[in-house]
Amino acid sequence: MSGLSSAHSVVEPGIWSKRIAGTLVVIYALITMIPLLWIFATSLKSPPDSISYPPKILFTPTVEGYCNLFTTRSRQTQDYIESLGPPANVCEEIARDRSMVVVGASKYWPRFVNSLVIAFGSTFLAVFLGTLAAYGFSRFKVPLADDLLFFILSTRMMPPIAVAIPIYLMYRELGLSDTALGMILLYTAVNVSLAVWLLKGFIDEIPREYEEAALIDGYTRLQAFVKVVLPQATTGIAATAIFCLIFAWNEYAFAVLLTSGTAQTAPPFIPTIIGEGGMDWPAVGAGTTIFLVPILVFTILLRKHLLRGITFGAVRK
Amino acid sequence: MAEIRIENLRKSFGSFVAVQESSFTVEDGEFLALLGPSGCGKTTTLRMIAGLELPTSGSILLDKEDVTFNRARDRDIAFVFQLFALYPHMNVRKNIGFPLLAQGVAKAEIRARVEETARLLQIDHILDKPVSGLAGGDRQRVALGRAIVRRPKCFLMDEPLGTLDAEFRNVMVHELRELHNRIKATTIYVTHDQLEAMAMADKIAVMNHGVIEQFGSPQQIYDHPASIYVADFIGSPPMNFIGFGGGIAKGATSVQVGDAAVAVPEALEDVSAGDMVLGVRPEHVRFSDAAPLRGSIYGVEYLGTTQIVVVETAYGFCKVRAPADQVFRIGEAVGLDLDATRLSLFRKDTGKAIRTVRAGEMAHG
Repeated sequence: MSGLSSAHSVVEPGIWSKRIAGTLVVIYALITMIPLLWIFATSLKSPPDSISYPPKILFTPTVEGYCNLFTTRSRQTQDYIESLGPPANVCEEIARDRSMVVVGASKYWPRFVNSLVIAFGSTFLAVFLGTLAAYGFSRFKVPLADDLLFFILSTRMMPPIAVAIPIYLMYRELGLSDTALGMILLYTAVNVSLAVWLLKGFIDEIPREYEEAALIDGYTRLQAFVKVVLPQATTGIAATAIFCLIFAWNEYAFAVLLTSGTAQTAPPFIPTIIGEGGMDWPAVGAGTTIFLVPILVFTILLRKHLLRGITFGAVRK
Repeated sequence: MAEIRIENLRKSFGSFVAVQESSFTVEDGEFLALLGPSGCGKTTTLRMIAGLELPTSGSILLDKEDVTFNRARDRDIAFVFQLFALYPHMNVRKNIGFPLLAQGVAKAEIRARVEETARLLQIDHILDKPVSGLAGGDRQRVALGRAIVRRPKCFLMDEPLGTLDAEFRNVMVHELRELHNRIKATTIYVTHDQLEAMAMADKIAVMNHGVIEQFGSPQQIYDHPASIYVADFIGSPPMNFIGFGGGIAKGATSVQVGDAAVAVPEALEDVSAGDMVLGVRPEHVRFSDAAPLRGSIYGVEYLGTTQIVVVETAYGFCKVRAPADQVFRIGEAVGLDLDATRLSLFRKDTGKAIRTVRAGEMAHG
């Protein structure tokens, strides 16, 4: 082809390879975006629009889904509604159009807060424990280190849900069922193996000389760890934190099994949003859209580290 | 500033012995080079003195105080690493001030001392730059700055010039020695480069397989090598070795190499018959048609000021340092005249030097 005649670097991909690769990436990105865009679109539809067939691409946006997500409503007679004063806000107005009045807040917000507490709590714990363990494995002669590391890894070799029944029974006995603490402990236990392995890779890459220099410069081992190792491991810690957070945030199976009331997280709650005569799809869409926001923000904030995290070990600083 | 005394220091990793019963003393203000090939135990020795490794047995005395099992931070020593180990997340100023921060020195004083150190090393213009963008020489100076800023009892340096390019290394050799002359700190310097060691050190310890083969001034090491190993390791090109059989009696002044009788310094000990080795530096061989030791020219390496002439003899190749203007033809038959007063004799089995009048002189003075 044309590339043969023109001189170009033998290691750099040619212009056409780059274009083809770029096109493929864009197509892939578009395909993966479709479900997200569909969810977002659904959240802005009215209930009839959301279930119309054929599906509507163009529709009149409304915040009804968001209103339904955050409020509970009750049906009233037309006389009663007319006896009320002017609607206080847009949600009230929408409800009255459907012959209903807002009677209170829904449980979505507490569930969302539960998700935040449990996901960030378990991520913090897993990364904290993982960093210390990884440092220990990386720097000290731990007896049976290889076996221990394999054991830690082996906890990820089965799907976590395979141990659902023992954990359910255990949690019931311990009184950890339906508690935030129980969920934090569970997600920490699942994530800590990932954290240890990922972080060990990162810490192995940090030359020992830095700590040794700090030890000689008059610092204790712990001070050297905090002042010299941790600042250099931030990339690894950030990447690990994202992976842990994504798991804990999205986890569904254990959340369904072990939480039902006070500690319920958003994932099991969202599908239970029932409207009149079936699922309230705009509210589900709204709940899902809002649910995606924290992980989106977190990932965008740490995206540089995430990229380094995925390619870790491949590039030497 | 302090004296460093090492007594019977030994370090083994499992069955591998990295350092064997080493003893030496570095006087206050002295510059010692630990010289040897990689894996000879020199770095391990240095790390034990620093407190980064604990010895299997033996003791380390710093300023007469036993610090063998003290933590690194309690020893008051500075260490310059081969790869400098500058903290990448700090700028030059913070790197140099980091040891002072550990000692709880007041901020204003840290600032003053860092700047004073930077001026001494002529790096005051880069104090606020990140260390990642620095050139090799500046990184080296920052590492030195971090070492000298706290005025420790002694400096330990682990091949600090190993990663610099050759041209710059010469500059730094000069600078390091200058710095030592100015601050007079007891220094132990690990290197595999004999030229660095010879150029900088007051004393050199030549190590091999965890054993200190010889400890002495550069002159002693060069002129009176204690073993074949040292003689071969030091000097470029190294000493020539001529193997011969037979013993040597106390008081003998010549040995029989093949047909030729070669005058040697008077032996001070009896050596029973066995394989022996005659050692001679290339600059102590002259061409002489009358000399009984014969050979033919094999090749010439021109060095500018001198040339190295390789002569093939019945006992192997012998390198001769000759004036650069002399002309040689390959294959030309020559006689080799060895300077009898500068020869070394070794036993082949132990590799140890035989005491001669020369070696005796050395021992006394």
